[in-house]
Amino acid sequence: MRISTFWYCLKEGMKNIGRNIWFSLASTAIISACIFLFCMLFALAANVQYMVKRAETTVGITVFFDEGLSEAEILALGDTIGAREEVKETRYISAEEAWENFQKEYFKGVEDLAAGFADDNPLAGSASYEIFLKDISHQGDMVAYLETVPGIRKINYSNDTASGLSSFNRMIGLISAAVIGILLAVAVFLISNTISTAAAFRKDENKIMRLIGATNFMIRAPFVVEGIIIGCAGALIPLVSSYFLYRNMVAYLMEKFNILSNIVEFISIETIFPYMAAVAAALGIGIGFVGSFFTIRKHLRV
Amino acid sequence: MIEITNLNKTYKAGNRALKNINITIRDGEFVFIMGRSGSGKSTLLKLLLKETEPTSGRIVVNDMDLGKMPRRYVPKYRRRLGVVFQDFRLLKDKTVYENVAFAQRVIGVPTRVIRESVPEMLRLVGLSSKYKSLPRQLSGGEQQRVAIARALINSPEVLLADEPTGNLDAQNSMEIMRLLEEINDRGTTVIVVTHSQEIVERMGKRVITLDKGILAGDAGEGGGVYED
Repeated sequence: MRISTFWYCLKEGMKNIGRNIWFSLASTAIISACIFLFCMLFALAANVQYMVKRAETTVGITVFFDEGLSEAEILALGDTIGAREEVKETRYISAEEAWENFQKEYFKGVEDLAAGFADDNPLAGSASYEIFLKDISHQGDMVAYLETVPGIRKINYSNDTASGLSSFNRMIGLISAAVIGILLAVAVFLISNTISTAAAFRKDENKIMRLIGATNFMIRAPFVVEGIIIGCAGALIPLVSSYFLYRNMVAYLMEKFNILSNIVEFISIETIFPYMAAVAAALGIGIGFVGSFFTIRKHLRV
Repeated sequence: MIEITNLNKTYKAGNRALKNINITIRDGEFVFIMGRSGSGKSTLLKLLLKETEPTSGRIVVNDMDLGKMPRRYVPKYRRRLGVVFQDFRLLKDKTVYENVAFAQRVIGVPTRVIRESVPEMLRLVGLSSKYKSLPRQLSGGEQQRVAIARALINSPEVLLADEPTGNLDAQNSMEIMRLLEEINDRGTTVIVVTHSQEIVERMGKRVITLDKGILAGDAGEGGGVYED
């Protein structure tokens, strides 16, 4: 494409917007609203996912072994469990380590009381393995497997945490997909209406273009450019507002609910924003392109 | 050379617009197509522009068989034709210069070439001094000159004019006809659709007459029967 052709298409696209300013503004506003909602859902879904992933590293399964088992046998069982596909990491806690941890936690400040046990380890025979999974939703299957393993005496796990996080994550995903789908359809419909109006405005011009030998590309390009410009504007506005809103909201939540800071951790704006911007820009340009390209194809059968 | 052989056109409603038309127009000819409303003149023009397809028959324009022409080639074919309409069809928000330049801009002619060719074309049609004017600031005759300049800017081999004087008074009509004659003298084939008997008689060119879709007459220059 010649540079003059590029400028021509850009200029005509801008002119279309100018001629049709109220429709263009309405489309931009609706696309902005759609993309803003998308950004919010994106941030919510990303944070939930982040928290689930974080939980997966902290929520694990603890298995205790039969009393008669030697440490070598326990370690061998640990290796077998650790080799499974769904297992991310295993950590062996010997009886001594368990007793040390217990003392640190329960005899804090009154270490003398613990000293009374001397060399007698009340937790002897409580060697255990902590098992962390790659995906917390596989916890049920893993527990079922562990129950069949000979030598395992007890399995501790939090069924509620695992299933709760998994289903919340799934629910957020489904709601996001549904809302975004509806918003996308509305946005494409609006762009399509705007382009239809622009095509009606330029009906005579397009007919002349066709008769003097303009190619389909040349006739359609200004409309597609118009759609893309509206889509870009529709993405830029919510991105700027989302940036400040997210940053301030996270700061506010962390300040107001300081007590939650150990449990809940949000993704920083610096981490989330590049992804949000890329997806929102692609969405804006995509809505603009799809809405205008297919509408103009329908209107200008050349 | 334009060769039209056994051409028939029937619209979906069953209206037969053209019936078995056979016409040959040589390169550089000036031809009038005459006929009353509904005689098939405009249909013939649309077929030549490949705006519509014939029901049967063949049209060959400068060795290009329009029936066999792929859709993607149509824009390039149309660049070899110039078209002028009764209602001028100028772009109201563009100046005279921009209206003429538009025909080159939309086919991707570089700006440098446009800057040279448009003033030259405006000189040819006698509108150099009005290049900044908008169509509404011009008389009917001047607007038609702009339309002719736009039709000629890409140096077409054939100029098709559909009732070019239909909206003009007698004096302006003759001026436009003289301009078309001048263009024809430069080698462009000119086909003018008209229903003005007066203009046809004054010009003394070949006249093809259509009546209810049938070729009713083909008179050569000076009024004699046209022989190919």
